[in-house]
Amino acid sequence: MRVIGFLLQKEFLQIFRNKGMLPIIFIMPFIQLVILSNAATFDVRNVPFNLQDLDRTSLSERLSEQFTGSGYFQLTGESSTSPQALDVLVGRNADLVLVIPEGFEKELMRGGSAQVQLIINAEDGFSAGVIQGYTNDIITAFNRDLIPQLPGSAVGAPRQTISVRSSAWYNPELVYIDYMVPGILVVLVTLVGLFLSGMNVVREKEIGTIDQINVTPMKRYQFITGKLLPFWIIGLGELTLGLIIARFAFHVPMLGSYWLIYLVAGIYMLVVLGMGLLISTLTESQQQAMFIAWFFMVIFTLMSGLFTAIESMPHWAQNMTMANPVRHFVDIMRRVMLKGSGIREIATPLAILTADAGLMLTLAVNRYRKVSD
Amino acid sequence: MTSAVEVKGVTKKFKTVTALSNVSLTVGKGELFGIIGADGAGKTTLFRILCTLMLADEGRAEVLGFDARKEYRSIRSRIGYMPGRFSLYTDLSVEENLKFFATVFNTTVEENYELIADIYTQLEPFKKRMAGQLSGGMKQKLALCCALIHRPDLLLLDEPTTGVDAVSRREFWQMLGRLKEQGITILVSTPYMDEASLCDRVAFLQDGTILAVDTPVGITGLFTAPLFSVRANEKHKLLTRLRSYPHAKSVYAFGSSVHYTDHRPSASSEEIMRYLSESELQEITIERIEPGIEDTFMALMKTDDGSHHE
Repeated sequence: MRVIGFLLQKEFLQIFRNKGMLPIIFIMPFIQLVILSNAATFDVRNVPFNLQDLDRTSLSERLSEQFTGSGYFQLTGESSTSPQALDVLVGRNADLVLVIPEGFEKELMRGGSAQVQLIINAEDGFSAGVIQGYTNDIITAFNRDLIPQLPGSAVGAPRQTISVRSSAWYNPELVYIDYMVPGILVVLVTLVGLFLSGMNVVREKEIGTIDQINVTPMKRYQFITGKLLPFWIIGLGELTLGLIIARFAFHVPMLGSYWLIYLVAGIYMLVVLGMGLLISTLTESQQQAMFIAWFFMVIFTLMSGLFTAIESMPHWAQNMTMANPVRHFVDIMRRVMLKGSGIREIATPLAILTADAGLMLTLAVNRYRKVSD
Repeated sequence: MTSAVEVKGVTKKFKTVTALSNVSLTVGKGELFGIIGADGAGKTTLFRILCTLMLADEGRAEVLGFDARKEYRSIRSRIGYMPGRFSLYTDLSVEENLKFFATVFNTTVEENYELIADIYTQLEPFKKRMAGQLSGGMKQKLALCCALIHRPDLLLLDEPTTGVDAVSRREFWQMLGRLKEQGITILVSTPYMDEASLCDRVAFLQDGTILAVDTPVGITGLFTAPLFSVRANEKHKLLTRLRSYPHAKSVYAFGSSVHYTDHRPSASSEEIMRYLSESELQEITIERIEPGIEDTFMALMKTDDGSHHE
């Protein structure tokens, strides 16, 4: 115990003396939370939109007003021909072109149905989907308001008998910050665990002190505990800092229990620390270790459901994410923070994380040898 | 148990390179034993096997009576190892480094202070300084203190004086002498020939093979050919001229002079002088000298070279 205690003291001494690293450890959570959670939003607002009104009647005007008045779209110009509209799209002066054909009002007044054309820039499929959703809403509302006033309606226009009204639960106002912050906290903890721990052991290899350590009677478990525990503590410290910022600066709700979050985080840290240690046993320099850690970090983050929904991934990719610890922790964080899930509800991802932790630590400890061949 | 280190037929290969081939060696208790060899001779590999950081492919190594392969735990608590490269924590102070190594060996600085007192007093004024900011000589002293702090029975010092200035080197060897008096066996490797004469016994290591093991005096006794120290105004021309002399056994630069050995046991300086004065060389002096360790090593290397390439 005395040896581990002293090893811990030494590690903390070195960490706190590292003038390059220390500020980053403490500033990182602020920067990440403030920048990422605000920037990484799926909200689509102020979509530049181009109007091609070939009808020029009061009804067509009413429709276009619905668009400009919705708050989602901003009229950037008008066009009168298709090629013109295309130029506008290609020039990115608009992401949506609304074409109201000639005779729009006449068709409607006659009691028939009229058509409008929507041309959406789908470079970014996700945004295009959102834009389409907005336009559908607007047109539906337009129909709903208009039908009773139309002459044909009295003669028995089809009335909507089932109306679909959706409401969002657990994040009723669809605040993306609430959705992003729990996930970004996971990235934060992962960075600390994966990079700092891995680098630390490789550094001892680089400066040669690992040889000195290896010839001492220090036991393997003592060395590994002494190496991983400081980062386990720092990781949870970062999480605490992040949770405080989330609560007080972003007002992200916390419906579940903090104890549960810390239990999961404690296990999750073992997974990433195990990975960091494993990487350090496989590499000879900090550069190599950094590169490998970065490789996994990118894959894990992209496939975690943090930025893109896992449900929209192809099947094989969805299966792959099951092995991704980041995915499970992001999932648990969101569920506990936004839905107030308890331990029973998160049992499956928690079990997977625990298994991951066991696997990673076993592999890493076995790979770490005091004797080289 | 009378020997501190017992190596029998140790071979170690790295892919295509044979670092050690069939090395056998015995170091007695309380000896100051030197391993002399050029860079790449296999010194570090041998040390790493002895301090249980590496396993030999073949053969057996016994350290303080324990098998280096199976009883490495017993060895680790009884040896002090100082790797060739400075490998203490540069971001910890002198004091903290020492305390750290004392702790991992389950002891305290106070417990064995008298053993390092002699060396540590020189470091004391800088005890709050980071180890990375020490001078080369000071670093060596700190490393030695850290290797000694648990009072090992055997010290393994891998090239402790490489890259250290001449004064610090001399001091370092004086310290080794005092440690030896305290009954600590010391195995030290060095590429410097002049340090060999300070050891009780030396082993010459060349391309992973031991060429000779003897006392410094015994080693020079292996040298039988007559040896001359030759000087002239132009050293390079002198070397070429001597090399083309039919009786020449070996010719090599030695400081400002050229050391020359002859095939004939009866060779005389007059004869060589006669040969050299036929050229445009001037200010020629020839002197018959007693061989030093370096001369012996050069001679041993040469015979070894011959057997390899012919």
